[in-house]
Amino acid sequence: MAMVGDAISHSVLPGIVIAFLISGSRDSVPMLIGAAAVGVLTTILIELLHKKARLQEDASIGVTFTWLFAIGVILITLFTQQVDLDQECVLYGEIAYVPLDLLYTQSGLSLGPRALWISGSLLIIIVAVIVFGFKGLYLTSFNADYAKALGVSTLFWHFTFMSLVSLTTVVSFESVGAILVVALLISPAAAAYLLTGKLKQMLVLASIIGVLSSIGGYYLASIMNGSIAGAMATVSGLLFALCYIYSRFAVAWPKKQTKELSKLKI
Amino acid sequence: MDSLWEFLSFSDPNVRTVTFGTIFLGMSASMVGSFAFLRKRSLIGDAIAHAILPGIAISFMLFQSKNPFILMGGALVSGWIAILLIEHLTKATKLKPDTTIGLVLSVFFGIGILLLTTIQHSGSGNQAGLDEFLFGKAAAMTQNDLIAYSVVAVLLLIVVTVFYKEFKILCFNPDYAETIGLPVKSLRFILSTITVLAIAIGIQSVGVVLMAALLITPSATARSWTESLLVMIIIAGSAGAFSGLVGSYISYTSPNMPTGPWIVMCLSLMAMISLFFAPKRGVLARIRQQRKNREKIVSENLLKAFYHLLENSIDKELSFTKDELNVKRRFPENEFKIALKTLKKNYFIISKGLKLALTSKGFEEAQRVGRLHRLWEMYLTERMHLKADHIHPNAETIEHIITPEIEELLLRELDYPSQDPHSSPIPYKE
Repeated sequence: MAMVGDAISHSVLPGIVIAFLISGSRDSVPMLIGAAAVGVLTTILIELLHKKARLQEDASIGVTFTWLFAIGVILITLFTQQVDLDQECVLYGEIAYVPLDLLYTQSGLSLGPRALWISGSLLIIIVAVIVFGFKGLYLTSFNADYAKALGVSTLFWHFTFMSLVSLTTVVSFESVGAILVVALLISPAAAAYLLTGKLKQMLVLASIIGVLSSIGGYYLASIMNGSIAGAMATVSGLLFALCYIYSRFAVAWPKKQTKELSKLKI
Repeated sequence: MDSLWEFLSFSDPNVRTVTFGTIFLGMSASMVGSFAFLRKRSLIGDAIAHAILPGIAISFMLFQSKNPFILMGGALVSGWIAILLIEHLTKATKLKPDTTIGLVLSVFFGIGILLLTTIQHSGSGNQAGLDEFLFGKAAAMTQNDLIAYSVVAVLLLIVVTVFYKEFKILCFNPDYAETIGLPVKSLRFILSTITVLAIAIGIQSVGVVLMAALLITPSATARSWTESLLVMIIIAGSAGAFSGLVGSYISYTSPNMPTGPWIVMCLSLMAMISLFFAPKRGVLARIRQQRKNREKIVSENLLKAFYHLLENSIDKELSFTKDELNVKRRFPENEFKIALKTLKKNYFIISKGLKLALTSKGFEEAQRVGRLHRLWEMYLTERMHLKADHIHPNAETIEHIITPEIEELLLRELDYPSQDPHSSPIPYKE
């Protein structure tokens, strides 16, 4: 599923741009709707090309997301006057500007950065879905056939999950850009997966690694005077490398210990 | 229209450079992409395209030059590291291939972006144009670039031509390639290297993000038109070249338009048209074929119903009502309609008041279906030694597929039998 996440993160671009053009504002709600619509369209198009046109799956994914992304970039250049987005923003995100875009109450009281509120609500939604839908997500992810046999609606959970992916992508889009969302979607989870075999532990570990990547990325970026999003992806890669090395040794250690123990017994 | 002629006359040397450059790049990437496509490794191409970025940034930082060969060297190295990492991680950990591809892709790209922005902010003055690798800007191509890219493109063509046969075997059946003693490892290395090279030069025209399209989409287009690898490569190459032409024309008429997205747009439209409307392999053609097959099957079944009734009718009645036809086998309402329509169109049956009757042509056809069914049952018991109560369902499906040639073979093989295993007579033409 990892590459489908990648595909969605690219293909939501035209949705965001069209929502922008229609609503004429940077408001998050129309953007979310536009992106979610195109996100669903992406999965449908991939399925259509794969099942109906019998194109192999990797090619269906590749053809779909590059096409939609190209449409997005073309729309941005066509309506460059109306759209307050540019190609670089799509790629790097504008996390550095997040503190400048504040949310005010009607009486003019500042509530802090807008993006913080949006990402915060997203976090609550995701945690809520995971807590309440744990069983469904768990069963569907591990053994869809078994889940079906138990009477769990795998289709429902599949689409719930895909909507969460689209939602996360869109919310993160403004801050970290299209491609680097993928780094944060995949790397922490992959690293956690190497360390543990339990889903609950994996979820906790992945969030910790994700947070560490963000903080580390911020400092790396200020040291190197470069893109914050790029630095976050870099740090998440480094953390993955550490986890990988650790997992190799952790596998090697118990073996050694058991060998020594067996020697002792003799 | 004027701008089109002006563009096609290539009077402007700059336009000439850019256009020929994009055509070369599109063509070579598409041709090499065919192999990646057939090996089901198209998304690895996407990963390599992203992973090339840090290589370009690092070689620029080291040499402070935008010489295409130097940048390409860096690109080649980091592309190769990405391939090796993906392969190693997939083999050494429990991570699935798509995860490792996504991981390497996004992390390398992140490193690339970090380095590029660092270069930009350091403001060494010479860095302008490096970010054009992201979306491709063919317009920035110089005469020097064109020479470099053409050299690589020609090199790729030579390698593909020389190793055509070996690559073909490697793509379709790697195990077989190994068995007949081909140096599979070295061939894979060469194929990966030319893929990285094609990507490294291709990103100049479409950019890192959309490079995957230049590898995959032309192959997807070409695949729906042909079954032959050579033809496929030629179609893919032409599609890549044509979209390069279209892309650079659009960039020419409106200079702020990025070339890459338009090339991809053109390619994708061609792919969609091909995937849906290509004869034989297109979606529409397949739907039409399916409908035809269904018509054939239900109408042959109805003919068989006629045949059974004729066989068992005592008073040699020749026409039957719909209810009578439905006795032995229930035809759903819509199937009955389809069968009736098809059979009437071919003058196999005619209406006689409320009853339906076979024409002599229809009788022959009904006899043929009955004969095939019983011949096949005979074959299954005689040659496959199946029990008589196991053979009917199989014969039900195969009777619609047997061609006159196979029928002839069956007849000879079984020596023109007169009865089937259920002791029903096997009908022959008089």
